[in-house]
Amino acid sequence: MRVVMCAGPPTSGKTMVLLQAAARLRRRGHSLAYLKMDVQYAEEDVLFRERLGIPARKVLSGELCPDHCGVLIMAEAIAWAEAEGAGTFLVETAGLCLRCAPYIEGTLGVAVIEATSGMSLPRKIGAMLALADIAVVTKIDLVSQAEKEVFKANIVEAAPLPVIETDALRGIGIDRLVNRIEKAAPVGAPLRLKGLPPVATCTICAGKREIGWEHHFGVLRTLDSDLFYRGQ
Amino acid sequence: MRIDGISIIGGHGRDGATEPVGRLDLNMGDVVSLVGPTGSGKTALVNDIALFADANTPSGRRLLINGAAPDESFLDDPSLNPIALITQHTTFLSDLPVERFLLTHARVRRSPRPEAAVAATVDFANQLTGEPILTDGAMTELSGGQTRALLIADAVVIGNAPVVLLDEIENAGIDRARALDLLRGYEKIFVFVTHDPGIALLSDFRVAMQGGAMRAILRTTAEERLVARRLMAIDAMLLGLRDRIRGGGRVGAADIDLTEAAVSGGRA
Repeated sequence: MRVVMCAGPPTSGKTMVLLQAAARLRRRGHSLAYLKMDVQYAEEDVLFRERLGIPARKVLSGELCPDHCGVLIMAEAIAWAEAEGAGTFLVETAGLCLRCAPYIEGTLGVAVIEATSGMSLPRKIGAMLALADIAVVTKIDLVSQAEKEVFKANIVEAAPLPVIETDALRGIGIDRLVNRIEKAAPVGAPLRLKGLPPVATCTICAGKREIGWEHHFGVLRTLDSDLFYRGQ
Repeated sequence: MRIDGISIIGGHGRDGATEPVGRLDLNMGDVVSLVGPTGSGKTALVNDIALFADANTPSGRRLLINGAAPDESFLDDPSLNPIALITQHTTFLSDLPVERFLLTHARVRRSPRPEAAVAATVDFANQLTGEPILTDGAMTELSGGQTRALLIADAVVIGNAPVVLLDEIENAGIDRARALDLLRGYEKIFVFVTHDPGIALLSDFRVAMQGGAMRAILRTTAEERLVARRLMAIDAMLLGLRDRIRGGGRVGAADIDLTEAAVSGGRA
């Protein structure tokens, strides 16, 4: 089974890109499953189930960081999709954190970013773009040719990836993504995260809310210092 | 890659029937208009061209470049795409100063002399619009007419796209007759989606659209060219009145009489 992991900032158009891709993949005879990971609310699973008749489910990470949540649940989710008989598993992540990336080795990592998000965005989103296999630019109908070209050049400069420009609302450019998905290799064990997440097991994550480094343990910094470790 | 022409191989209309026009050939230097009522499929046709349609859009049309199916490499390098599309929604979002932004674009396009390309672009845009563009002002501060003029100038000069698709520029407050004259100075294919009779009749030919299909290709006749020239005279009169009213002035019956006289004088 091949696994497509889609990341991107909120409202960048991940759902529409996957919905359009799913409809085309199904028309080409692929069996699919869909998973949406989000923090506190998601209804995209209903969309995929009802509009396309695809096995679909969602996971809400709640108190957990959604990308950490992905690490914890993705092995079981992949087993679920396989049990559903899917040949292609589409995973839409919450896409909130610009410091880490949810991609797993052997999956097709798709970073979705909107052309309207400012031309320097590719330089700001770090691992989400750098660790992806392909960048999908959405909403290209809304920006000038010049900005499209500069935006695309900025993506390639930040991460040398193939870039697919789309107007997902109208299904424009989606076929190129579908062609790429069809070429993706099946995922295999062992499943490992592609990139290292940032400092994760920290007292802030654990719910200690006091402001000021002197209240915390783990890898810390002051306003002017470099990172240092403070154990308990 | 050198582009000599593009062809659109007809698909089907909204009713599923084969398009009456089975093939539309556009050669370098052609200025063509797509005409038809709202919903007739004009925008869908320019989208098919912009997307390198390969029987994968709702119309089932295919685009050929130099008579053959285009290579996907066109889509991979931002500086190689031969087709620029300027839609009614297209705008600038960058708040960089005009000059800095255009320089960035010229560098992405690997222009050998970026500064000269920027100067030529601004000069071209200023000829299209009545309001000169300040190059140290932000892109987002440009007026609607300036924005559209700069979009066209950038696509033509810096982008140097061999094929430029323009969706309803008549709404953009730019001088249409002047725009067509200027654009004809460049050896390119210009496709206008238009409701404007002047633009349609100043084109080399027009494609009449109906029900999502290309219904007929009409080459502009010599008589239609004369009609176009008279239309432009009427247009100039209307623009004169418009400028007076916009400038806070008043108009009288004599103005409209003069206008009519000038128009019928054109007939004599």
